[in-house]
This record gives sequence, structure tokens and C-alpha cells, in this order.
Amino acid sequence: MLSDEERREIEAELVHHEYPRGACIEALKIVQRHRGWVSDESLAAVAELVGMTVDELDNVATFYNLIFRSPVGEHVILLCDSVSCWIMGYERIRQHLSERLGIEMGQTTADGTFTLLPMVCLGDCDHAPTMIVDETLYRNLDEAKVDEILRQVQNGAS
Amino acid sequence: MNGERPLTQNIRAGEAPLDLSGYEAAGGYQALRRALGNMSPSDVLNVVKESGLKGRGGAGFPTGLKWSFVPQSNAPKYIVCNGDEMEPGTFKDRLLLEGDPHQLIEAMIISGYAIQANEGIIFLRWAYHTAARRLRQALAEAYDAGYLGANIMGSGFDFRLQLHVSAGRYMCGEETGLLNSLEGRRAIPRTKPPYPQVSGLWGRPTVVNNVETLCNVPHIINNGADWYKGLSAEGGTKLYGASGKVKRPGLWELPLGTTLGEILEEHAGGMIDGVRFRGALPGGASTDFLTEQHLDVKMDFDSVQKAGSRLGTGTIIVLDDQTCPVGMVANLEKFFAQESCGWCTPCREGLPWAAKVLRALEEGHGQMRDIDLLAQQCRLLGPGHTFCALAPGAAEPLQSAIKYFRDDFERHVTEKGCPWR
Repeated sequence: MLSDEERREIEAELVHHEYPRGACIEALKIVQRHRGWVSDESLAAVAELVGMTVDELDNVATFYNLIFRSPVGEHVILLCDSVSCWIMGYERIRQHLSERLGIEMGQTTADGTFTLLPMVCLGDCDHAPTMIVDETLYRNLDEAKVDEILRQVQNGAS
Repeated sequence: MNGERPLTQNIRAGEAPLDLSGYEAAGGYQALRRALGNMSPSDVLNVVKESGLKGRGGAGFPTGLKWSFVPQSNAPKYIVCNGDEMEPGTFKDRLLLEGDPHQLIEAMIISGYAIQANEGIIFLRWAYHTAARRLRQALAEAYDAGYLGANIMGSGFDFRLQLHVSAGRYMCGEETGLLNSLEGRRAIPRTKPPYPQVSGLWGRPTVVNNVETLCNVPHIINNGADWYKGLSAEGGTKLYGASGKVKRPGLWELPLGTTLGEILEEHAGGMIDGVRFRGALPGGASTDFLTEQHLDVKMDFDSVQKAGSRLGTGTIIVLDDQTCPVGMVANLEKFFAQESCGWCTPCREGLPWAAKVLRALEEGHGQMRDIDLLAQQCRLLGPGHTFCALAPGAAEPLQSAIKYFRDDFERHVTEKGCPWR
């Protein structure tokens, strides 16, 4: 259940590791880059490549915040809910995002475009509030900025 | 106290970092040349020891001493850079990672040489996409130029350096959790002893140092231990930061031991108009609150400890009078409860409990005895009850909030809800 490309990338990663399991987190990230998330089938295929049992690998996969074991939307919004962003207006931004997207934290829009997730400190506290959409960091957020970002991302400018 | 800023000298706000030739033109890789050409590994270790450099990740352990615990043998060893930086309110290593990647690479080669490690790993948190891109670029340049790989500059020393980008979990910042993560396991802590210097990654001697700590090393090699000690009364500089409702949130490289008040007033520009200072966590989420009476406290390891807190990461989170201290601590404890790895019972069970009680107070369901319950909880979460420092760290902002803002906790009970809402 891995594409040739995923398999090639994981094998290229394995070369750098004396012990294959050292590559398992990177391998999961490779699958996720291609598919958006890690299904049971993908996980089983990765487990075989890195020499772990399925349960051993799932034990690892479910520990890390950024390995998704359920499907997500086309774009994933990670809104920082840690202390500096909380002081600087996280709650307002969360409400605005929820209203604009019509979803709560942890949900995906009906059209599958956006998934909204709370995320721990993004390490950009001097520009709070902040969020990451896909791999782009957005800072000093306010309502108008959020609207503009959503518009841009939806139009493929992200 | 000469105003030198070695760590950030090559960093210009808003500009791309120096590439290899720019870094070399600015004096880069001279320290590596000197270390490999004229110094033995123990010379390097000794000058770092003599400089008094202490870990900048939060614990403040003397770096040279840490290195000296590595057994002298021909067995494979590792040097690992802890660039996980997931402490809420902390963003200092980001500047060094994004702003001067070659400085960190040079630092790691020299530090690897000192402990005779031939393998290095930079453990980077997932959120730092820009840093990852720039580090990959810089690593490729350093390999091409022969600063990395076999027989570096004809010295006979081999050093390979890899980047590992985490999949995200606060526990990865704990050094033994980090090592488990590199082994493709859950980032749970390991029993110490054995310490990683003796048995670390894959059971081999391993040193884990913070980004900022490592970045000091090339400058100490170039300029000597006395120069380093002369940078401040306490030795060296420190990256200080401030976030919250100050006029100019940001980061500044200042002499170690600059006072809390000077950082907040002169560098962060004081509070934004109409807002009053009430307190601050001096070094990230897991440090005790300091208040107005502590503005003269020098932000060095010993002085902050004497004031009842910890220097931690040196990035200050400011509490103002329009922000609820109970709400702030509720936010922190929710973070710690969520990021607890679940390995130790007090942390796994105690933190969600503390977070729940704080939420109840915020929502107006609190009782007076909850405040004492929280204080008792802090003692149970304290040092000695868990494998790692997550739970004791989580107790610090809570116990000090109860100490300094007890009236505010009580108002949540008497007014049946949060007075700030």
C-alpha cells in the first residue's frame, strides 16, 4: 500500500540509519506528505520496511502531534493555543475561524478544504497570535488578516 | 560588558542568512580551522570548561563538565543538538537556526571533535520550516566545501551531520526523550543513571546540547575563555526575549545578568499604553512568576534562582492587568497535561486534574478549598516524584501564581466566575 515514490523515498532515508527503526518517524512523514495522513494500510506497509511490528509503529505514530492517523482536509490550519498567543487574542481568532469555516476545532469543512486544529506554541511568540497553514507561518493575526489568508489559500496561493 | 554580540553578529533582521562564502568572509570556520589544526580534543574541552559556559536550554549545567563525562574510548559517540524548542513562550533558538545556520554547523563539528564523536544530529522541531530549509542548504554547502565528511581539512577527523525534523511533542525537548525519539520510539524519559554521556543514542556515549549553548563554542575557540568571561559579570551573553503586551516584543542578545526591568523597559519598550505590568514568567512556561518587586533581579542563573524562579530559556512571558492570571495558568496547565507523555503517574494523573480544577475556577464552579488543593498538587508534582522535569516545571507557574495572585484565585470563587470575562 505504498506508491513506488513513497517506497523510494523511505528507502533513501533508511540508508542514513544504522538501525532501520530510527527512520520510522521520517517514513511516516513521507507517507503523510504524499497522502495527507497515515492510514492503517500505509502504516502496515511502513512497519514492514522499517522492521517493526504494526503495533510497535502505531504506538509511535499515535504519540506525535503531527502524525495524522485520520484523514484531514486539503489544507490544515494549526492555530497556536499556547500562552503568548492566548494573551494576545487566540480566543478571538479561534472564534472567527470557527465562524468563517463553519467548523469547530478538530473538524474538517464539508467540502474537505480545511481542517482546523489547535496546536502548541509555534515558537513565534513575539508575533502572536500565530498559525501555520500547511507549511506557511502567519503572524500578528487579526480577523481581517485571517479572512485574507483563507481567501489566498483557497485560491491556491498558499 | 563591551556590548559585543557574538551569537547574533551575522544576523540582520528580515534578511537571508549568510551563505558559506559570506560566513567565511565574516570569519566563519576559522575556529574550526584552529581547533582541528592547533588543538587536541582535550584542549577544546578545557577551554570550554574554563570559559564557564553553561547550558542555555533551561537547566544551566556547565557545558565543559557535561562533555568531560564522556568516556575516552574509540567506541562510536554522538553529539546531538537540541533544537526542539517547544517550551511555550520561547522563540530564541529559532533566531539562531534561521539566522546563521553555518554558525551552528561549525559549532557542532568543533564540539563533536572535543568529545571525539564522528556523528552529529540536529534535532529540529517540525514547526521551524524555514530553519529546516536553511539548514539543509547550509549542510549541503558545508559537505561540498569539505567542512563535513571524511578527513576534514586534512586533519584526519571525520564528522557527519544530519538533520532530524521531529513530528512534534514537547517531551522531545527532554534529552532522554529526545534520544528515544531519534531511535524511533515514543519520547518518554529514561532512567538516569546511566547518563546519556555514557549510554545515550543506541546505547552509545552521547552529548545533547541546546542550540544557543553550542553557538557559543566557535567564539570561545576564536577569542579564548577570558574574552568569554569578560562579556558579562556572569560570563557570556544571553538571548533574552519578551512576549505579551509589551510595546516591542522581540529578542535581544545582551550580557548575561541584564536585569528583568532593563529588558522589559529598555528593550521591550515597556507595556503598551493603558496596560499595567503584573508579573512575568522569566524563562518560558515552566518557570515561577516574578512580579514588580523583582524588576531589579539580574537575569542570570543564580540571581533568578535566589528570587524564587529559574532563568530557564530567558524568554520572558509578561502578564498584564487586563489578563486573568488564573486563565493564564489554566492555559499553561492544559498544555502540560496534554504534552505529558504519561510515563509517570503524578504527571499523567495530576496534571489533567490541576487543569480541570483551574478550568472549573475559570467557569465559576470553583470552591475555596480548590486553591489549597492546587497548592498541594504542586507539591506532589514537584522534584523527586517523576522521571523528568516536565511535572516539576508545570508546578512552577501554578505554585507561584497561587503565591502572588491568591486574591485573584479567591475572586473567581466569590464572584462565581472569571472577573476578567
